[in-house]
Amino acid sequence: MTTNSEPIDLTPLPIVIVGHVDHGKSTLVGRLLHDTNSLPEGKVEELKAQADRRGVAFEWSYVMDALQVERDQGITLDTTRIWFKTPNRRYVIIDAPGHKEFLKNMVTGAAAADAALLVIDAEQGVSEQTRRHAYLLHLLGVPEVAVVINKMDLVNYSQERFMTVEAQIRKYLRELGIAAKAIIPVSARDGININKRSDDRGKSRMGWWKGNNVVSALDSFTAQNAPTEQGLRFPVQDVYRQGDQRYLVGRITSGLIRVGDQLQFSPGGQTARVQSIIDPGQTNNPSASLSTSLTSGAGQSIALTLDEEIFVERGHIASHRNATPVETNTLNVRLFWLDKIPLNKGDRLVLKLGTAEHTVTVADIRRVIDVETLQPDPVNNEISHNAVADVTLRSRSRMALDAFVDHRATGRGVLVRDYRVVGGCIFEGAVDLAAARHLTAVDQTVTQVERLQANGHAGGVLWLTGLSGSGKSTLAMALQRKLFERGDQVYVLDGDNVRQGLNNDLGFGPVDRTENIRRIAEVANLFADAGFIVVTAFISPYREDRDNARAIVGNKFREVFVKASLAACEGRDPKGLYVKARAGEIPEFTGISAPYEEPLSPELVVDTEHQSLEAAVAKVLADIDRSAIRSGDEKRKAG
Amino acid sequence: MNHLDALEAESIYILREAKNRFEKLALLWSLGKDSNVMIRLAQKAFLGQLPFPVAHLDTGKEFPETYAFREQYAKEWQLDLIDDDCPPIEDVDIDLEPASRFAARKSLGLKQAVKRYGFQALITGIRRDEQATRAKERVFSPRGEDGAWDFRDQPPEMWNHYNTDFPPGTHIRVHPLLHWTEVDIWRYIQREDIPVVPLYFAKDGKRFRSLGEEGITFPIDSTATTLDEIIEELEATRAPERAGRAMDHEAEDAFERLRAHGYL
Repeated sequence: MTTNSEPIDLTPLPIVIVGHVDHGKSTLVGRLLHDTNSLPEGKVEELKAQADRRGVAFEWSYVMDALQVERDQGITLDTTRIWFKTPNRRYVIIDAPGHKEFLKNMVTGAAAADAALLVIDAEQGVSEQTRRHAYLLHLLGVPEVAVVINKMDLVNYSQERFMTVEAQIRKYLRELGIAAKAIIPVSARDGININKRSDDRGKSRMGWWKGNNVVSALDSFTAQNAPTEQGLRFPVQDVYRQGDQRYLVGRITSGLIRVGDQLQFSPGGQTARVQSIIDPGQTNNPSASLSTSLTSGAGQSIALTLDEEIFVERGHIASHRNATPVETNTLNVRLFWLDKIPLNKGDRLVLKLGTAEHTVTVADIRRVIDVETLQPDPVNNEISHNAVADVTLRSRSRMALDAFVDHRATGRGVLVRDYRVVGGCIFEGAVDLAAARHLTAVDQTVTQVERLQANGHAGGVLWLTGLSGSGKSTLAMALQRKLFERGDQVYVLDGDNVRQGLNNDLGFGPVDRTENIRRIAEVANLFADAGFIVVTAFISPYREDRDNARAIVGNKFREVFVKASLAACEGRDPKGLYVKARAGEIPEFTGISAPYEEPLSPELVVDTEHQSLEAAVAKVLADIDRSAIRSGDEKRKAG
Repeated sequence: MNHLDALEAESIYILREAKNRFEKLALLWSLGKDSNVMIRLAQKAFLGQLPFPVAHLDTGKEFPETYAFREQYAKEWQLDLIDDDCPPIEDVDIDLEPASRFAARKSLGLKQAVKRYGFQALITGIRRDEQATRAKERVFSPRGEDGAWDFRDQPPEMWNHYNTDFPPGTHIRVHPLLHWTEVDIWRYIQREDIPVVPLYFAKDGKRFRSLGEEGITFPIDSTATTLDEIIEELEATRAPERAGRAMDHEAEDAFERLRAHGYL
């Protein structure tokens, strides 16, 4: 890191001002700027003159509501930023709009803040947006919060009224787990308790208040430092090549990287050592802007080189081996939804986390949260505009991530649909995440080699796919008989033994079909690990699902396309299903009312329309004997 | 990490993000202090050399010192410079106030560059503290096909996840200096020894605080002849940075209207 004599307190503390529409946020800010001598010269005079020209009374909120449209509508539209300083510190205020429609802007503002002032109208008390905003502060993890009970002038500076509203908000915040640094009675319009204690003002009727004013509350906030003490997270942003050298670039989100460190890249788990680190450094010579360092820490944008050429790309997260992110395909999140089109189970979104992007499906909406009561909403099963919900997301690709409580930057993400950011989420320390975190492979007492020697073959999965009636089950059963008779360990997974038990909670829609296939693949994988040759007989119509199964099982997966034309299958119709499907009695029937995506490059194609069953079985057996499943013969002999 | 390091790291992240997300990209080099800082940041982000062209929207009306600066540093920094002339004043909306109309040539020049070179994104050096309208900007800010900015309905932007997915036809402004303030810029210029057009330093009691074209940009009263003195002056002043820009003050919403129609 560079060194220079610049004082650290140049960094402004980003604060967000939130609260219900019309509770006086912009007025508070205007007054705060004025009372700390932070307004540009002539600004108030300029605005007063404008108000005169319009024939309206000057309002302090005009300072912030600088856009024409805002003045016309009388509400703040978007976040604005403004800088000010007290004798103790610099601040940048992010003024967030309170109007419900503009929640996305409030979230944009609050997501950038280290501290928040929650403004409540003393007369109106805690209102819907007060609760919603407080909830989002909690959700976004804004570290420091103080409450301003504004418009005390409208309630005759009543201590009793203050205490009522104070109790209201304190109770709500306590339920959220937010401890307010201060709850302050204020009249922004009259400038009371902004920068001076009310009892400093002779005529004030709030002499009863002995606590903080707004400025002293702000000065009591703790600034957030870059989390260098935490475990390393370095999301790879890009890979640059210069000559022969390959540089991984990105911004360290937590921890430290040192030259010589062994880094692990998730997902995937590849490792390599750090050969050199290039940080932006301080340079007076642009052509020599490559300044190297031995250590870089959280917050820095760096480039680094590795001692080995391993496969790394944007989206990978580098960490140290003893404290890696979680890898998972299924994720529990708490989500806030900002789109006008509601979110439903089965919907697809893009989840951006770190520098990675994953296509995810909403596998489950566990509960929609009523922010008024903080209770699950029993009525809604879709997530509407501005709602908060607990959701399970599933991705086909492996995701590397953290629980938000462990690592903020890699513990949250934004959701994109149709080119729009439609929501955000934080990753919970939920069941699967917690399980994944503590999951360590226990060494088996029987090794794969021993199983192979005992069985005479390795485990493997023959994944039969094809239309209903193409002959998958018939082929599977015939294969099982043959393999068993020659002494192989074999088992068939089909609709009868899987759908009735393990998967009896699943239907036939696309999402459930996907989950059906995923579970079958996992079970097949376990059987194969146990040394079995598994034959699965499922239509498995979606290419992506089969590819997912292949990803789960790995290189012992063999896709067998059981091929027969739709006409042939419909002609056979062993279970009378096509007749029912044609009559509309079975919805989403593959080949009739739902698609079948033929394999593009299966290991084997078996044509049951032009081939006998015996020939088909022989063909598959021959394939098994050529494959890695049988490669164990040699090893057995050798052993 | 000190303050300037943190600002720098954030800007480098933004520049690298722009490079990763957009194939056709350019940096708008106004030749002012901010865009020179941006070039330094880009040199650091991309390990010495800018991987995209820089565009100067030339109205032919810059100060002679500004042109001299362009010639010297385009060469020294090995920039791939695009310096096409902006369309003539006759092409600009006649209803705009005089100085705004003059400034709007830049908006047309920008649209022309986007069209001519097919840029998907342009990196510009605006900052939130300059002007209330710019305060509302996003780091990655979409523009319609005509360059218009819909400030009433901006997408949310959270946690360094910038909006990089846009329907075809949209173009993006990328703002790597949005979070900097004027005095940050000068402190960084001092720390990094970044050259600037000499007009920023006081001569005969006047200096340019914000540098635009001749005729619509005016100097302020100042005695600051060194970087230290400029920083000191800015720490003390309560006057706005763009006070010397005629187009900001012709009407209450003059600058907002300029920006809504594609100005920087």
